[in-house]
Amino acid sequence: MSDLSGLYQELILDHSRRRLGDGELAEPHATHHELNPTCGDEITMGIHLDASGTVLEAIGWTGDGCSISMASASALTELATGADLDRVRALVDEFRSMMRSKGAGEANEELLGDAIAFHGVSKYVMRVKCAMLAWVALEACVAAASASNPASATGAITDRGDSSAR
Amino acid sequence: MTLDPTTTVDDLLPTAIREDFPYLDQELNGHPLAYLDSAATAQRPIAVLDAERAYLEHSNAAVHRGASTLVGTSTTAFEEARETVARFVGAGPREIVWTANATDAINMVALGMADAAAGLGGPEAGVFRLGADDEIVVTEAEHHADLIPWQRLAAKTGATLRWIPVHDDGTWNIDDAASVIGPRTRFVAFGHVSNVTGFVAPVGDVVELAHRHGALVLLDACQSVPHRPIDFASLGVDFAAFSAHKMLGPTGIGVLYGREHLLDALPPARTGGSTITTVTMESASFLPSPQRFEAGTQPVSQAVALAEAVRYLDTLGMEQVHAQESALAELLVDETARIPGIRLIGPGAGIERAALASVDVPGVHAHDVGQFLDSQGIAVRVGHHCAQPLHRRLGLRATTRASAYVYTTSDEIHRFAAALAEVRGFFGVDA
Repeated sequence: MSDLSGLYQELILDHSRRRLGDGELAEPHATHHELNPTCGDEITMGIHLDASGTVLEAIGWTGDGCSISMASASALTELATGADLDRVRALVDEFRSMMRSKGAGEANEELLGDAIAFHGVSKYVMRVKCAMLAWVALEACVAAASASNPASATGAITDRGDSSAR
Repeated sequence: MTLDPTTTVDDLLPTAIREDFPYLDQELNGHPLAYLDSAATAQRPIAVLDAERAYLEHSNAAVHRGASTLVGTSTTAFEEARETVARFVGAGPREIVWTANATDAINMVALGMADAAAGLGGPEAGVFRLGADDEIVVTEAEHHADLIPWQRLAAKTGATLRWIPVHDDGTWNIDDAASVIGPRTRFVAFGHVSNVTGFVAPVGDVVELAHRHGALVLLDACQSVPHRPIDFASLGVDFAAFSAHKMLGPTGIGVLYGREHLLDALPPARTGGSTITTVTMESASFLPSPQRFEAGTQPVSQAVALAEAVRYLDTLGMEQVHAQESALAELLVDETARIPGIRLIGPGAGIERAALASVDVPGVHAHDVGQFLDSQGIAVRVGHHCAQPLHRRLGLRATTRASAYVYTTSDEIHRFAAALAEVRGFFGVDA
């Protein structure tokens, strides 16, 4: 077999089964639905902020898709829950640039932690959008929450966009 | 053709055929390529590639424009290609319209009908004018290309879109059709062979039913023309669409078949140069078919290459191709149906199906199945195959499809099945 284990690292397969964050939040401050029309993978994500409106207290999502997209949502939940919104934006940026790397360079383990397991996915051009699905949804949730609550809009909003080819 | 029970697929496969397809002789992820995605696009034999190149090297010039010797040569090649394709499907050359692809061919009819409803075309276009009391009928199994154009036509004309429901295995029969097609039906469009299930529609019965109610019939023949002998005249359909790249030909060209008098009456959806008789500043009148539909520069070298693909298939013999693929279909069903934990979509053993098999591996997404097969050199299609409503009806979002063609060997089918059997283990899903 080729380097399929580079794509499906144990951590990714684990996350695809554990699905951290799987489930709807009761009263989310923002929600976003993201769809990959080419494959039908989709996710609906909700986020909950703390009283100050600057910390991402909880993430809940429901989704249907391949192991990469679901594992990515799970890893994102582990990584971003409890982070302040500036850090969440930085995580999204860093994850996106890792997914655009086509497997080149070193992933930023200091910031992304275990999520660097997705670095291998970036070599598979047809699967990058799978890994990005949840992150695009999170980015949109943070932007929506920031728009409705000025206290949370401290950082610059990164470029919005769909998850395809990014 | 009746097969001797000891005959295998590979006995039917012409021994030298693989050498005609250089594409097949390569590795994918360290394994010999097993190309099982011909229902999406077929590979082309050297003869087809050479024919296109030879045309471009020696005969290329604008067709139907000017009066030079060169234009005579290119126009002859272009029109001879049309005659070759017409003979292949039991049509006259005036009944064959070049389009960009099969999707474009279906749109050409739907958009022309919308034009007719908007008042374009003469009294002869009346047969195409739909209104609020009329119904368009499709099936729940349609490819999006044979669904969305009719949704749009219904929205534009006020007509109602109805559909023939499918059973739990994705098939339907003439009784299902008869429960939907009735006196209000003006147009019926359906796929001859499903690109998801391999189901073969009862074309003759549906045509008879539709015509009895005065409705016209369009056949999406994308998955049938490449794989079995087809004679549109004897099938009795009014329109049909198929695509060159699924039948060993090039991309960029498809075919709209229509009965001559209907094509001559259908308003041309795309207008412009080469389609007209007389143009004033206020209006234009149009040539008969096929020129009335072929606006602008045409895919000439592609038409020449498609004609070569047709000659290649003719040399194999379409009866032979069909017999070979029937054996491959049987092998596909046998091999996949026996794998534990795999759901095979479509008609079961003993019921006719095309040489394609879509499967669901419960607990493993089709993209992951496809990636696993890909890592073993096996190229398949994953996703909804442009048939979301059918997948929804089957309780699925995506499937993994293997499809065969003239160059497919039994070994490739065995490799597909063997790899498929390993998928659940790899992803840690209990069988």
